[in-house]
Amino acid sequence: MIEAIGLSKRYGDTVAVDDLSFTVPPGQVTGFLGPNGAGKSTTMRMILGLDAPSSGSVTVNGKPYTAYRRPLFEVGALLEAKAIHGGRSAYHHLRSLALSNGIGKVRVEQVLDQVGLRSVARKPAGGFSLGMGQRLGIAAALLGDPPVLMFDEPVNGLDPEGVLWIRNLLKALAAEGRTVFLSSHLMSEMALTADRLIIIGRGRLIAETTVADLLDGGAGNYLRVRSPDRDALATLLRARGATAVHEGQDALKVTDATSDLVGELARANGLALLELSTQQTSLEQRYMELTSDAVDYRTTEDASVPAARN
Amino acid sequence: MATTLATPQRRATDGRLADFGNVLRSEFCKLYSIRSTFWTVFTALLSNIVLAALVALFLVSRLSTADRATADPVRLSLAGIHLSQIAFGVLGVLIITSEYGTGMIRATLAAVPQRRLVLTGKLVSFAATALVAGIGSCLAAFFVFEAFLPSGGDGLKASIGDPGVLRAAVGGGLYLTLLGLLGLGLGAVIRASAGAIATLFGLLFVPTILVSLLPQNWRTSIGPYLPMNAGDAIYSLHPEAGGLGPWSGFAVLGLYAAIALTLGYFLIKRRDA
Repeated sequence: MIEAIGLSKRYGDTVAVDDLSFTVPPGQVTGFLGPNGAGKSTTMRMILGLDAPSSGSVTVNGKPYTAYRRPLFEVGALLEAKAIHGGRSAYHHLRSLALSNGIGKVRVEQVLDQVGLRSVARKPAGGFSLGMGQRLGIAAALLGDPPVLMFDEPVNGLDPEGVLWIRNLLKALAAEGRTVFLSSHLMSEMALTADRLIIIGRGRLIAETTVADLLDGGAGNYLRVRSPDRDALATLLRARGATAVHEGQDALKVTDATSDLVGELARANGLALLELSTQQTSLEQRYMELTSDAVDYRTTEDASVPAARN
Repeated sequence: MATTLATPQRRATDGRLADFGNVLRSEFCKLYSIRSTFWTVFTALLSNIVLAALVALFLVSRLSTADRATADPVRLSLAGIHLSQIAFGVLGVLIITSEYGTGMIRATLAAVPQRRLVLTGKLVSFAATALVAGIGSCLAAFFVFEAFLPSGGDGLKASIGDPGVLRAAVGGGLYLTLLGLLGLGLGAVIRASAGAIATLFGLLFVPTILVSLLPQNWRTSIGPYLPMNAGDAIYSLHPEAGGLGPWSGFAVLGLYAAIALTLGYFLIKRRDA
């Protein structure tokens, strides 16, 4: 469980994180979503006590992070892939972190196996690819077998196999009852991995929601119905309180009706149906709607942001 | 993929001292798991010992009788310090700036939020390593120098048991260690490798050069307190005229290191990592 209350971070006149309050519950994968520069990494650094909040507070399992004497047993975090000394081996990188919290050698070997780095564990980490660096960072996060795990952009630079591996790992960790918190600027990845979403832009909370609720709230959800008798069908639907308008040559755009209703009406009245499909706003579209202000704002000062629109 | 995680072993011991023990083991592991540590120590050993032999073989025979009468055998044997001090200083700086440079510092401080404990771990692991390598190489340099002196010794024969000789030879290692600690302190304050290394050697060489341009009375009043001038008394058999004594000179260099380290201890807790 991670709880942030009124968390803010200012650098001079720039507000990186602005009065952010949220809760990350255990047993679920919570996605932390926002355009580049929205304040995700800053928030994560504040959770780990690396950056001091300008105001507000954040606790992990009820205590500020810095109050833990051996925090690797409480929180495992991947902040940056390849934040490692290039001349040190993966094994010694993990070993030095493990030693600092009194974790033994056996566990280091275990996490190396778990992330699949055993064969290269003795080689200098400077030669690692970005994907191997991510795996090493995840191994470090798992060292203390902590109930809370936090990953900043873990799929960056991974090949499809690596992305799938992380997705399954995160879900498995959450299924064991752990708190899993991961950030991304890619909605498509979050849709596949996360149960809950915390969306921020310009350092402010935009939405704290579930994936399902976010989709239901989309303005553009409707039924697409194609029929040679679309006008007759439209009249029947309107009589049942639905809204039906023409779409294209022979289709209807229907809202306030279920697909069951449309199908039954058509059968009962002997009308042919050529298509009956649910048109849902994609998460990507919803995300764009929600964060468009934040992205536009950032574009003027951060040239890398347009990547978030992909 | 293993999804069931085994419970990691915790060490049975607990308490603050155990915490520091863990941090210290971690810092020793870091220090000894990169090649540059070994290269630095190896370079320092090599320059101390090889230069001692070269000076004994080639320089001593060319000294004038007057020079020989005033020459300091320990100072001569430690000619290599001029090179090895660079290696020790750079290692002291890099032990902390390399973590800031790579971003490893965030993993380190996330694992140990007691930041001053981390800095102390770095200080102790470096000091222990530097003391062994520094004192060992300086004593070796002295013995090699004496062994390679031309027959008769030209008045430069000295024994480790002679007054002040052991202090001066060991003092070479103490000087190198303290210089490295000054580097560690500057590294903790400046956090960037290039900036901290430049500052360390700027502090060491530049004031000595600048002061030599000043009028005589300024030179004699400020000169002895400059880091390099103060520091070299500890590895000299006889203090220079107008200079500080070995231990007071060493204390002055220690004061510079203490100021840098104190600032480092203060800032590491205040700044965002």
